[in-house]
Amino acid sequence: MTNVIEAEGLVKTFGDTRALDGVSIAAERGRVLALLGPNGAGKTTFVRLLATLLKPDGGTARVSGYDVVADAVQVRQLIALTGQFASVDEELTGLENLVMIGRLLGFPRATAKARAREMIGRFDLTAAGGRAVKTYSGGMRRRLDLGASLLSQPEVLFLDEPTTGLDPRARNQVWETVRGVVAAGSTVLLTTQYLEEADELADQVVVMDHGQLVASGTPAELKARTGAQTLVVRAADFGLTSRVEAAVQEITGTTPEVRQDTGLITAAASDPAMVPAIVRRLDDDGVVLAELALRLPSLDEVFLTLTGHLAGTDDEAGNDEGRAA
Amino acid sequence: MTAQTIAPVSGTMGGTADGGIAPRRRITARQAASSALTLAWRNIQQLKHSPEKLLDVTLMPIVFLVLFLYVFGGAIAGSTHAYLELLLPGLVAQMAMFATMSLGTALCEDIHKGVFDRFRSLPIARSSPLVGAVLGDSARFCVVMGVLTGFGSALGFRFHTGFGSILAAYGLAYLFYLAVCWISVLIGLVAPSPETVQGIAFIWTMPLVFGSSVLLANTKSMPGWLQAWVKVNPVTHLTDAVRALTLGGPAASHVLYTLAWAAGIVVVTFPLAMRMYSRKL
Repeated sequence: MTNVIEAEGLVKTFGDTRALDGVSIAAERGRVLALLGPNGAGKTTFVRLLATLLKPDGGTARVSGYDVVADAVQVRQLIALTGQFASVDEELTGLENLVMIGRLLGFPRATAKARAREMIGRFDLTAAGGRAVKTYSGGMRRRLDLGASLLSQPEVLFLDEPTTGLDPRARNQVWETVRGVVAAGSTVLLTTQYLEEADELADQVVVMDHGQLVASGTPAELKARTGAQTLVVRAADFGLTSRVEAAVQEITGTTPEVRQDTGLITAAASDPAMVPAIVRRLDDDGVVLAELALRLPSLDEVFLTLTGHLAGTDDEAGNDEGRAA
Repeated sequence: MTAQTIAPVSGTMGGTADGGIAPRRRITARQAASSALTLAWRNIQQLKHSPEKLLDVTLMPIVFLVLFLYVFGGAIAGSTHAYLELLLPGLVAQMAMFATMSLGTALCEDIHKGVFDRFRSLPIARSSPLVGAVLGDSARFCVVMGVLTGFGSALGFRFHTGFGSILAAYGLAYLFYLAVCWISVLIGLVAPSPETVQGIAFIWTMPLVFGSSVLLANTKSMPGWLQAWVKVNPVTHLTDAVRALTLGGPAASHVLYTLAWAAGIVVVTFPLAMRMYSRKL
């Protein structure tokens, strides 16, 4: 069996809202699967169903062949979840949190303590290990939460928006951890609102919107479908915007979009070599640029391409939470 | 934090990433008890870190003892000393009730934060987080009874019975407290927010606590309907049982009545609480 996660036609409704409307997803062992979508897309609901925190209203889901409803006890032995909301006890110290989870996992006391100390060290929390978690920063909490999830070396690690609200350094640490977990043989299913994160980590990306699967594929396939990259240019002198626009149009061969208020010019760029070409061309013209970048399409742009509407424009944020109040 | 591999640990309940150990199908009673104790330990650790959480159970018995003793003492029993003998066993019952009230709030808070999500995704018994919370909360019972008895003794209260009877009195109060905890748990699970739990708790504990023999032994001056209520109220029977076990007198019927009530409360509220907890799914 190569598919560790197999979901078929999953349906979950909260009142009148269909948080999941027939979602089928499969993830291969030892890979990273990213669920990409805006708030309310159903990502969190999907993760909570797979992690046995919610029961589906329709469809089936299996983790390593175990049904998430009928074999929930087995599934829980194979998974670990780091939720959107740090699921550590704020009033305990970092070390106590990990010892507690270790004991709950069935480790003998000495093993639980040793493993807790090991994790605290691995996640750079040694100095803070004896302090109450409520004194931790957001990044430290997330690291502790990840440490708690990795105590059992899970077969499948679920990460619900693991880097939301983190600074770039903390985000990179989370990414490193995810790579380490996969190198050790686990499968990771993460949700994210950032295309960059999916591109950085995932072997397979599933784009979700309104509880449905919009597209899926490798990051490269997805990028190919959504117009590769975007060129962003802005003249230092606002008055020269039209000359920059003309240069961009000539080199990219497409009609760029110009923001009249900021002078920001964006255009789809199929070839990275266009960047130096534009620099040379404008240099010859004597135009100085304030901004020049080649970036991945934003989630908005991906959505616009795949669904024909902007992400998160007409859904009720919060439905995605799937948390019974 | 680097991308190092994570060594598998023997003795884990979980399987390994290379599929070495088949996951267990069931959670044994021993595992359930062990995880409940671990979660009770969590509550005790919390109290250790923030002892101010015990302020209410520390001050409550002192304030109630002083107030009731000196406000009602002379009027009800002729003297404060005579009333103290009547009052302290009554307050044992009352405090057993009041000590349960904060449990629902704490549980409701836990559920609204993410901690319970982790508990629910762990391979532990469904009942463990709730049983653990109730057991861990027992620390509050111990504190409230210790302060009540210590302060009462300082004011002149004396036991008239042997050690075994006294132990039975507090043991009975503890069993009743454990049973009532499940009502608190149920409210904590049903309440929309932690703030509302306290209000609901007051509404159901007050008639039980004050519509009883807690403050006076003779209920003849009450109207008939209230006397009828006092007679069926388990708090009355707990009070009378504790009085008999600490001061002397026939206790058996009151003890049995209290135990029957405690069992009845658990039989009804425990499955309901478990169902509500599962429905949070």
